[in-house]
Amino acid sequence: MVPISWYLILSAILFSIGVAAFLIKRNIITVFMSIELMLNAVNLTFVAFAQQWHMVSGQIFVFFVMVVAAAEAAVGLAIIIAVFRARSTLNVDQIDLMKL
Amino acid sequence: MHLALFLIFGALCVAGALNLLLQRHPINSALSLIVVMSSLAVLYLLLGAEFLAAAQVIVYAGAIMVLFTFVIMLLNAGREERTRGSKMAYVIGFPGAAVLLALLAYVFISHSGDFHRVHVGEYVVSTAALSGVLFRDLLLPFEVTSILILIAILGAVALARKEH
Repeated sequence: MVPISWYLILSAILFSIGVAAFLIKRNIITVFMSIELMLNAVNLTFVAFAQQWHMVSGQIFVFFVMVVAAAEAAVGLAIIIAVFRARSTLNVDQIDLMKL
Repeated sequence: MHLALFLIFGALCVAGALNLLLQRHPINSALSLIVVMSSLAVLYLLLGAEFLAAAQVIVYAGAIMVLFTFVIMLLNAGREERTRGSKMAYVIGFPGAAVLLALLAYVFISHSGDFHRVHVGEYVVSTAALSGVLFRDLLLPFEVTSILILIAILGAVALARKEH
C-alpha cells in the first residue's frame, strides 16, 4: 500500500532531473530526450491523479500526450537532421542563428 | 509486494534519469531513457492503467526511442564537449532544478493527508472502459489526432528530405 503522494514525489524528481538535463546538456538530441523525460514525469502525475479521483479522464489525457509526443518526436528529429545537414554540428551553443 | 515493486521500479526510474543526465555520449543517454520508460510502464500497471502500460512500452520505449537511437546513429553523434555556455548552465541549471524539486515536494508533502493509498486491483481501468470514453465522448479529438499524426509524418518527410 503506497500513498499516491509517493508517486507524485517520484514524478517531481523525474521532472526536475529533466529540467536540469534540459539546461545542462549541450547535445541537441539529448536536450530533446530530456523533454521526453519531462513529458513522462507529467504522464505519471496524470495517472496517479486518475487513481486518486477514480476517473478515466486522466488516462485519456496521457493517451493524447503520448500521441502528441510521437508526432513531436518525428518532426523534431527531422528538424535536427535538417539542422545537422546545414551546420554539421549538434552542439546547441553553435546553433544560435534562426536562418539556416 | 506493492511497496517492493514501487521501490524497485521507482529507484530504476530515478537511476535511469540520473544516468541520462550524467552520461556524455547520447547513445548512453538514450538507452537509460529506455530504462526509465519501461519502469514507468510497471508503475502504470501498479496504478491500474493497463492500456497505458502497454502503450508506454510500445509507443515510448519502442517507437519513439527507436527513432532517437536511429537518428543518433545516422548523425554519428559523438561525445558532447564542454563549452563556456555549459559552465553557465551548470551554475544556473542545478540550483534551478533543485528549487523546483523542493517546491513540488513541499506542495505534495504538505497535502499528503488528502491523498489515498493505492490498493492494487481496487481501481483498474480496463481497455474497454477507456475506449468507451475515447470513441464515444471524445470521438472528434481522437479523429483530429489522426490528422495531426498524418501532418507530422508529411512534415517530417518534407523536413528531412535532401534539397536538390
